[in-house]
Amino acid sequence: MIDFENVKLKVNDKEITIGAVLMSDGSTRKNKTGAWRSKRPVVDFERCTGCGVCWSLCPEGCIEKRSDGKFEADLDYCKGCGICANECPRKAITMVMEEK
Amino acid sequence: MTKQIMEASHAIAEAVRMAKPAVIAAYPITPQTHIVERLSEFIADGELDSEYIRVESEFGAISACLGASATGTRAYTATCSQGLALMNEVLFIVSGMRLPVCMTVVNRALSAPISIWNDHQDSISARDVGWIQMYAETSQECYDLTLMQFKISEDHRVLTPSMVCLDGFTLSHVYEPVDIPAQEQVDKFLPRYKPYHAILDPEQPMTLGPIGFPSEYMEIRKSQIDAIEDSLRVIEEVYNEFSDSFPVGIKKARPERYFHVEEYQLEDAEIALVAMGSVCGTIKVVIDELRKKGERVGLLKLITYRPFPRQAIKDALKRVEKVAVLEKAVSPGGDGPIYCEFSSLFYDSEDRPELRDFIIGLGGRDVSLEHIKKIYEMTKEGKGEKQEWVF
Repeated sequence: MIDFENVKLKVNDKEITIGAVLMSDGSTRKNKTGAWRSKRPVVDFERCTGCGVCWSLCPEGCIEKRSDGKFEADLDYCKGCGICANECPRKAITMVMEEK
Repeated sequence: MTKQIMEASHAIAEAVRMAKPAVIAAYPITPQTHIVERLSEFIADGELDSEYIRVESEFGAISACLGASATGTRAYTATCSQGLALMNEVLFIVSGMRLPVCMTVVNRALSAPISIWNDHQDSISARDVGWIQMYAETSQECYDLTLMQFKISEDHRVLTPSMVCLDGFTLSHVYEPVDIPAQEQVDKFLPRYKPYHAILDPEQPMTLGPIGFPSEYMEIRKSQIDAIEDSLRVIEEVYNEFSDSFPVGIKKARPERYFHVEEYQLEDAEIALVAMGSVCGTIKVVIDELRKKGERVGLLKLITYRPFPRQAIKDALKRVEKVAVLEKAVSPGGDGPIYCEFSSLFYDSEDRPELRDFIIGLGGRDVSLEHIKKIYEMTKEGKGEKQEWVF
């Protein structure tokens, strides 16, 4: 067993750990990579047949099945790569510029 | 203690066998040495209970060691020249994750032109990967430093991987007497590895090797750099403990007491030669000859190279007027790597010695007694350029 108290360090008033180890699992969820995106996928649910090709090809694993059987990206984690839009056999996904 | 005539490669294999790593990963083709060959025999013969992973490349070897060490076990590999170069990317990851992987680097020249012979370009080029580096002069030092490297790297104040470096062929394939202690003594000196910060255990989940955002990366790097700087003190402790636990068995096969540097005839020397590795043996012979003629010359042998033992070097050379750095590596388009560090070390000194740089023994070129005498003469008389190649 590792004593996590021993692993903590303070440098420049910041709490870090030896070797940047994180004292928990599932840390990828906490890091919302959706902020890196410049384009977001928008699904035309009229055209979507729920085939799941986008779901199987998403490199982030962030496309989820909705209750109506169709698929949509979780924008907290979607990096906007556009693979889903490119691969959708029904061309139901459009990449739209993120604007503020 | 038993005295045996053995090849330096086999002396290292013996030390690794007695250190009992849980995992050994290696790519057994050129450039490789008898170290991993002998280790695989030990395992096949039931003399060592380790997992031997025959990987597909040196990139694989160091990656396997990284993974093994991250699970909380002792991991070891050995390589040379091109193999070390192929590991390069992963070397930074191992040290950044603070995993105490131990490696032997049998120093050989990097291609091109193709060479399998000795110089220090491989490990000197890996100077900045964040690993501790120690250089051996003799087979006995190979054995001793290998045992010590595990204890140093795994110390919770250090948690930094280490390389023990030895000259290819001129040391790795040479037979010399080596004093091997009993297993019980080794076990006492080097207990089982106890992970301090990283373990892969489903009972205690943790994340290893995560992303370091710009907001934390510098702090994490600083903590790593502080650890390798501070390791100087721990290395000294281990040198002392080793010297106490294992007295000299074979005269001249190693320093009386291990330290970051070995001083040879430096006490009243006006001129000091600086070198690392097996060439120090040749230099000592020349110094003995010159001393008989009344020349005041000595040798400073570097054993610890990373972290750079600044104070130990300054103390050893404080009375010296001229220093000749002999190095088996170059920095193309810049000054010699070790020469640079000496220049930087002495820049602030009031009475800094005159510094000279001599490039020797690249790609296995023999360094003879005559070469060393020539270097001494040139340094004494102040002849030649700041950097001289001695062919």
